[in-house]
Amino acid sequence: METKISFTLNGKKVSLSTDPLRRLLDVLREDFGCTGVKEGCSEGECGACSVMFNGRMVTPCLIPAGAADKQEIMTIEGVRETELGARIVQAFADGGAVQCGYCIPGMVIAAYNLLQDNPDPTDDEIRLGISGNICRCTGYDLIVESIKLAARRGK
Amino acid sequence: MISEDMTRDISRAMRRLDAVDKSEGRSKYVSDYDFEDCLWARMVRSGISRGKIKNIKLPELPEGYYWVSYKDIPEGGHNYLHMIATDWKCFADDHVLYVGETIGLIVGPDKTKVEDLRDQIEIEYEEQESANTIDEGIACKGGAFINDNNIHCHLKLETGENVDHVFKRCDKVVEETIETGYQEHVYLETNGACCIPENGTYTIYASAQCPFYIRKSIAPVLNIDPEKIVVRQTVTGGAFGGKEHFPDVLCGPLLLAAYKTGKGVKMFFDREEDIENSVKRHPSKVVFRTGLDKDGNILAMDSKVYYNVGAYLASSYVVLQRGCFHVTGCYEFPNMRTEGFGVATNNFPSCAFRGFGAPQTLFAIETHMCHLAEMYGIDPLEYKSRYFIKQGDNTSTNGKVVEKVMIPEMLEQVLTASDYRRKAGEYAYGSGKGIGIAFYNHGGAFTGNGEQAIIKAKCRMHKYPDGTVEILNSQTEMGQGFHTIIPKIAAHVLGIPVDKIIYKDPDTSRVPDSGPTAASRSTMIVGRLVEKAALQVKERWNEEEFEVETHYEHPDGYPWDQSTFQGYAYLGYGWGVCVVEVEVDPCTGEVTTKGIWSSHDGGHLIDELIVHGQVNGGVLQGIGWASTEVMQNVKGHFKQTSMSDYIVPTSMDYPKQECFFVENPYEWGPFGAKGLGELVFNGSGAAYIDALSRAIGKRISSIPCPTEQVMLYMLEGKDIEEAL
Repeated sequence: METKISFTLNGKKVSLSTDPLRRLLDVLREDFGCTGVKEGCSEGECGACSVMFNGRMVTPCLIPAGAADKQEIMTIEGVRETELGARIVQAFADGGAVQCGYCIPGMVIAAYNLLQDNPDPTDDEIRLGISGNICRCTGYDLIVESIKLAARRGK
Repeated sequence: MISEDMTRDISRAMRRLDAVDKSEGRSKYVSDYDFEDCLWARMVRSGISRGKIKNIKLPELPEGYYWVSYKDIPEGGHNYLHMIATDWKCFADDHVLYVGETIGLIVGPDKTKVEDLRDQIEIEYEEQESANTIDEGIACKGGAFINDNNIHCHLKLETGENVDHVFKRCDKVVEETIETGYQEHVYLETNGACCIPENGTYTIYASAQCPFYIRKSIAPVLNIDPEKIVVRQTVTGGAFGGKEHFPDVLCGPLLLAAYKTGKGVKMFFDREEDIENSVKRHPSKVVFRTGLDKDGNILAMDSKVYYNVGAYLASSYVVLQRGCFHVTGCYEFPNMRTEGFGVATNNFPSCAFRGFGAPQTLFAIETHMCHLAEMYGIDPLEYKSRYFIKQGDNTSTNGKVVEKVMIPEMLEQVLTASDYRRKAGEYAYGSGKGIGIAFYNHGGAFTGNGEQAIIKAKCRMHKYPDGTVEILNSQTEMGQGFHTIIPKIAAHVLGIPVDKIIYKDPDTSRVPDSGPTAASRSTMIVGRLVEKAALQVKERWNEEEFEVETHYEHPDGYPWDQSTFQGYAYLGYGWGVCVVEVEVDPCTGEVTTKGIWSSHDGGHLIDELIVHGQVNGGVLQGIGWASTEVMQNVKGHFKQTSMSDYIVPTSMDYPKQECFFVENPYEWGPFGAKGLGELVFNGSGAAYIDALSRAIGKRISSIPCPTEQVMLYMLEGKDIEEAL
């Protein structure tokens, strides 16, 4: 059953032997200690567990660990170390985007995913960009404003 | 980065102290801890709504795996959880009263094995007929199981003249029923807790609002001193009332499991488990009988308020009381009679949810007022404004409104910003466009003298030789921003930087009990205690190290009788006005919200950015409750069990909100602040339904009202102006 899986995690080569059908979410949290990756709904609906997978945002609660083999994954633990990630974090703090915080690492990933391609998004593009991420606290407005702030600070 | 300019007004935004850690994924929520060597637990629950347990067939348990049930409660221990009432059982014994009732725990070292074992358990029941709706509960379907009438709790309030006498001289007496449904909290972090035993004491880590509640609630299970249980709150990913009493339902069984196994035991719910088996907002039914003169003026109102409490009372009597106190909304009516009934059903018990019973009656009165106005061809805003309550006016409990009520000022703000008057005039009923308005309030803190008689909040402040100051109390951060505003209050009083203030997540072995983080009381009550403590520390600043303690004192001259519910129920209310504008697709019934404007009075705000976030979130949660958040219960089973079929608002569903505030300092609050966290939920649903109802030209008297329901109203609903 166990298979060796190797991938790049936050810029470093890692490998482990595990059941390839385990959820990538569990592998990231349990085997690599990436507890910034939050489990919210377990079915790809809420976006709390979002990570970057070969440069695109995915929800690892829906991805089997085997699919990560030879791929590149960046979690919030990696994104926060990038210039863009750190800029988003600071803007979230200044803009009042954070309340309970449980959706926020995933929200930072969504903002990162959006801004890496579109450094100057409109409000509608931001709302679309975070539409796969549920927040129950903020009503989204201050998250949208914070992403705009992050974009402005990148100019 | 966290420096705060003390020369500025305290209302000016400060960066939240937890924002960076949370954004970077560094904050540790309960499931982020290792809790190494702790056993995993999964709950085994009732699959039926009411019946007798005939037999529980357990699989053979391998070495190191345990079954924990009520039979493990030691002699002298009690099989209940103390959640205001003491009727909620820690474990079902030979009967079950609702789907999801805890029967036992399977505990063991391997998570997957524990789940396998749980799935092999077979429970044989003798099923009985159940009562699941308010009407079935009242009708005692299947036979009463609480008292002889299925009424868990009841109260009655009267103001003015006897309404039956007044009705005789009315031109007409109309009757209308307004109903609201279940609402699920959907805190993004599901429930979880861990209990670790050590030398006769137990340490609990939990995602929770009220650490001291847990201690008090579960200690009777082992019949131990609550001090033997230490509760440490972990960073909590949202609560909204859903983690006020409910963590007790996890922690009681975990305590017993830790006692039995002698090991630490942890349990985390997944989302489906959490939605299916957790408390919700009480469904309600409010039946108004309103006596009117020939011009439509209200002479008397009789309201019967029914809440679906579920199988156990727990905190619901207090929820029902708050509901009944708020049934008059922002109005003063001449003669009132209000009766509340907490109806027992075989459903998962209902519990706290932002607003704590007030949103249901506020939705009811706002909607009823609109319908009365429309029946007489009067503009709803004009009609409502005839009855606005003012300072010194009589409340539903024969107390007076103590503070200045700034509804006229707030109204002007939202009317101007939304262009309400023009739009209300232009958009004909049924035109597909509608604009609606609602007024609401929320009594801050515990009712009457409860803060003094029941809660007795204490707060400590410790000054260290290095000039840092630690704040010690039991208030939790759950997203609302409390652990930022409290250091901010202390820093402003002391005139020291915020980073010199220490304020940790509560640990019941270190902090005094300053009461629950609930009831919009934390800023108003505990914030004030912190302010007072800081003033004392400032006086003695030159002393090297010392500690001060402050206690809540109720102001004199505002009597309250808790046995008759008469007097000053609340010294300070938050007030709100909300306008919502919608457009409805005439073919599909799809609703597009075009604008949301609100104004709130939270006294002098401690932090305008935090408050802004509270308003945005609360207003949207209120609209969700009224529109898409359908939670059906069929024979005791919740039908929506995931985030795919229980529909909460996304970033695409509503436009950016416009928020306003008024400056109305509250005499007994820190820097003039008062409660606001629940207020902001209380009225947006009614404003949305008012707008929707006008847009389709049909009367809506029940929520939620999702698209399918809008279609039905459009096809066969009653016209808005039709007589009640």
